[in-house]
Amino acid sequence: MENEALIELLYKMADDQLILGHRNSEWTGFGPLLEEDIAFSSMAQDKVGHSQALYTLLHSLGEQAPDTIAFLRSAEKFHNCILVELPNGEYDFSLVRHFLYDTAEMIRFEMLRDSSFVPLAQLARKIHGELRYHTLHANTWIKQLGSATEESISRLQHAMSFALPYALGIFEASPYEQTLIDTGVFAGERQLQERWMAKVAEVLASTQLQLPEWSLQQAVLGGRGGRHSEHLAPLLNEMSEVLRIDPSATW
Amino acid sequence: MYGGGNTFEGIKNDGLAEEDPGKLAAFEARIARGEKIEPSDWMPQLYRKQLIRMIEQHAHSEIIGALPEGTWITRAPGFKRKLALMAKVQDEVGHAQLLYSAAETLGKTREEMIHDLITGKSKYSNIFNYPAFTWADACFISWLVDAGAIVNQLANAKGSYGPYCRALERICAEESFHLKYGHHCVIFLAAGTAQQRAMFQEAINRWWAPMMHFFGPSDKISAHTQTLMKWKVKMSTNDDTRNQFLDMYVPKIWELGFTVPDPALKKNTDTGKWSYTEPDWEEFKRVINGDGPCNKERLEVRRVAEERGRWVREALRSEKMAYVEPLA
Repeated sequence: MENEALIELLYKMADDQLILGHRNSEWTGFGPLLEEDIAFSSMAQDKVGHSQALYTLLHSLGEQAPDTIAFLRSAEKFHNCILVELPNGEYDFSLVRHFLYDTAEMIRFEMLRDSSFVPLAQLARKIHGELRYHTLHANTWIKQLGSATEESISRLQHAMSFALPYALGIFEASPYEQTLIDTGVFAGERQLQERWMAKVAEVLASTQLQLPEWSLQQAVLGGRGGRHSEHLAPLLNEMSEVLRIDPSATW
Repeated sequence: MYGGGNTFEGIKNDGLAEEDPGKLAAFEARIARGEKIEPSDWMPQLYRKQLIRMIEQHAHSEIIGALPEGTWITRAPGFKRKLALMAKVQDEVGHAQLLYSAAETLGKTREEMIHDLITGKSKYSNIFNYPAFTWADACFISWLVDAGAIVNQLANAKGSYGPYCRALERICAEESFHLKYGHHCVIFLAAGTAQQRAMFQEAINRWWAPMMHFFGPSDKISAHTQTLMKWKVKMSTNDDTRNQFLDMYVPKIWELGFTVPDPALKKNTDTGKWSYTEPDWEEFKRVINGDGPCNKERLEVRRVAEERGRWVREALRSEKMAYVEPLA
């Protein structure tokens, strides 16, 4: 039971990182300015690297090799939240998603630094250090564009309203929630969500953006249980295109 | 990545008669002594103009070059390749950033340069007007196109304009990692299955002509560049860089068991020069003037990216923008 709970936790974190890393990498060559191309590419490399580290932990717990579980599973076996699989859209959505998601991840890995599963606690310390730069980047841009021009404020506001229900899907409870809390592996999605809401409100308070009413938000759930939007399967097909030419070959 | 072949057009009026002869002589003496020219130094108009043209084309080649390889980031097979390719293409965009800054020291803004790129006024390396159909094409670019770029850039790094030379030194250091990455990918294809070997052979067959074009028209037909060589703007002739590339990389291609689609390709052991079938320079001209397989697509992508990002750049210019303390 405890092992299953841990494996489920690791998969959803690894899948989030891989899929969002993949989306971030799609900005390479298309950013609104060169500096943002480069920034999104750096974050993509960190996220894909984090996913690789988490899949490696899973491998040590008896799952298949990282390349196999990352690149050759079908969509319904992925446990990422739907937020990360949505197409990049315009820069406003990509930025708002980055802000909402990384604010949560920063807190998640902060909590995991005290995990009773020592290899995860050790990894969390490393990842947390890197995520600091992701939230620094997100907060800087949200503060800047959230107070600059009528267009930038209205674009970010619109993207925020669209993204928020999906962002609440980050915290979809696992069937093993209580086990994780009881065994000290992870303090749970509810605690994470509460801290996240406070942090999001704090950053938005320094902008001209309005925080939508929490009580009116309907979380978009399903991703953690393998029920995804229509966007995940094509992404995975693309990701595995070369590997599937000959899965027995070494590339 | 940058070939350099399409840099120079014939100089109709070099304007040197209007320059101050004393200053011009002092400028040329400094270059002859191996000194670097810095942004605030006196320089002839022709020098400024040709350098802007060259550095700008180089910068454009970096961002346009990120497109054919960038499409393979999402498809790279496995973590190792995916992470390396992301870092590599990011480097290329970073090179563009460095080079636009170097060109700006000569008086043309990044916005003006990007404008000239997307309106077709200024050029970029011709090779990126060809499509990367397969993973093996992406490997060809990473290994051999980057190799060609290094040959050219190492020569240019010894040029006379300080900011460009310093940018090139850093760029070459990074490109040498790209070359290792590309070579590593190709070794795995060469040592892989029959299908993998066939993929790379097909990539060589597709890319050989653009690769030969990459170094620019034969010296016999290319524009007169004597003044530019004296000023250390152009550091070696197109045929010399092409020969150097062939000398370094054809043996490596053969060593891996691949062939090159040119029956005339061979080295004259007495002269050290390679002979080859003369590339089709009419096709080169056609493609460089806009009629290649991907010219429209590449510029359209860049144009759309500029258009979609406009609101962000406008917001950055807003009076309300707070100054953010640099982090480092």
